Amino acid sequence: MDVMIPANFKVQRFIKETHDTFTLELKSFDGRNGFSFEPGQFNMIYIFGVGEIPISISGDPNKKGVLVHTTRAVGTVTKEMAKLKKDEVVGIRGPFGRPWPVKEAIGNDILLVAGGIGLAPLRPVIYYLLSNREYFGKIILLYGARTPKDILFRKELEKFRSRLDIDIIVTVDRAVKNWTGNVGVVTTLIPRAPFDPINTTAMICGPEIMMRYTIVELLKRGLSKENIFVSMERNMKCGVGFCGHCQYGTEFICKDGPVFNFKEIEHLFAKREI
Amino acid sequence: MESLEKILTQHPFVEGLPSEHIQLIVGCAKNVVFEPGKYLFKENEEANSFYIIRSGKVALEIYSPEVGSIIIQTLGEGDIIGWSWMIPPYQWRFDARAVELTRVIELDGTCLRNKCEIDPKLGYEIMKRLANVFEQRIHAMRIQLLDLYGKN
Ligand SMILES: Cc1cc2nc3c(=O)[nH]c(=O)nc-3n(C[C@H](O)[C@H](O)[C@H](O)COP(=O)(O)OP(=O)(O)OC[C@H]3O[C@@H](n4cnc5c(N)ncnc54)[C@H](O)[C@@H]3O)c2cc1C
Ligand code: FES
Repeated sequence: MDVMIPANFKVQRFIKETHDTFTLELKSFDGRNGFSFEPGQFNMIYIFGVGEIPISISGDPNKKGVLVHTTRAVGTVTKEMAKLKKDEVVGIRGPFGRPWPVKEAIGNDILLVAGGIGLAPLRPVIYYLLSNREYFGKIILLYGARTPKDILFRKELEKFRSRLDIDIIVTVDRAVKNWTGNVGVVTTLIPRAPFDPINTTAMICGPEIMMRYTIVELLKRGLSKENIFVSMERNMKCGVGFCGHCQYGTEFICKDGPVFNFKEIEHLFAKREI
Repeated sequence: MESLEKILTQHPFVEGLPSEHIQLIVGCAKNVVFEPGKYLFKENEEANSFYIIRSGKVALEIYSPEVGSIIIQTLGEGDIIGWSWMIPPYQWRFDARAVELTRVIELDGTCLRNKCEIDPKLGYEIMKRLANVFEQRIHAMRIQLLDLYGKN
């Protein structure tokens, strides 16, 4: 299979999540039998005649029959994607990239810290953890959104929470009086989050500034750098390490990432010229 | 009083203070419970208290005639509320409302201020600890202002 040639997938379902985010459920119709991926991997999605962009897979890795992507409409391609209708066709190349270290984290407490659309690339991790629940210690999700209306997968988060074997703490940056949840940046949840810093693997996904300050708080709590993982974003073209578009210091985000161990990229993190 | 002293001693705000200082602080403290919806204080009221949240959740709010009360931040177990009791003109700058049933240790601001004037070492320790809280709150507020998840 040529990694540069997209496969055709049809939109099976379009789900409007919030005012600017949507989920596409896609199905292959050119003979491909299911779609396997690991949590944290992404696809290059080609909107014909518009452009091709990297989007993480946000579905359940156990459900191979349907390919799921959750996207925030921000610019040329994502805004066209937001207009897709049932049965329309998109091109898919992937899955690409290094996944979250879910298997390596077996035996540990798991702390997921997500900001905004950053919850989408972590959702497959939640599905994986919950379907292998007995192999992990505590599972904690700290999620920061802009306002209560921007909370992604809200119904599903409520359902997960009702299982009682996962702690989900949500905070928003701004709210008015009828909101009874937390208000404040997601980093303020870390000092009291109920995990054991010695045996915790943290996976962080969100805007880079949010990840930077999350790491500061995690280090203060005593987590080691080796146990902190982040998902990085840069513009991409090929998605497979050919073109250099996504270069990040000595790393290529598309093939060496997007998930990195913090220790590996600490020297690059927050460097302005990179 | 003994249980108040125990609770206070374990709180990071007083952690490491010599027991005579803790005794002085305990002398200004009492346990208070706020039902959901009740205000700990309102903007412009005289600021004469300092709170340590033992359990529950408190929303700090600023009222705007156009949109009503805007929640700036929520605070929970272990957080402290209020430094206006330390800074003239000793007036609250926002409202604080219990979102849930909230138990706090309330410290009498005038009592504590007087003890700090008499014992500057205690005063300096309290100022250092308050400065630490200011720093964390200002930092968090700055990130919040960036509107990280908004359109950039
Ligand atoms: C590995 C990887 C995984 C990703 N996964 C997802 C995902 O699951 N869901 C998702 O929605 N996005 C994801 N992204 C980001 C997504 O690829 C970009 O938002 C997309 O490429 C923007 O393309 P565009 O043509 O719509 O915007 P452009 O026309 O290229 O940009 C238009 C405007 O949007 C701004 N913009 C671009 N990207 C972003 C962004 N990420 N956030 C905020 N503003 C932006 C630009 O600064 C510009 O002002 C991922 C990126 C990478 C590298
Ligand atoms: S996108 Fe081409 S090298 Fe990474």
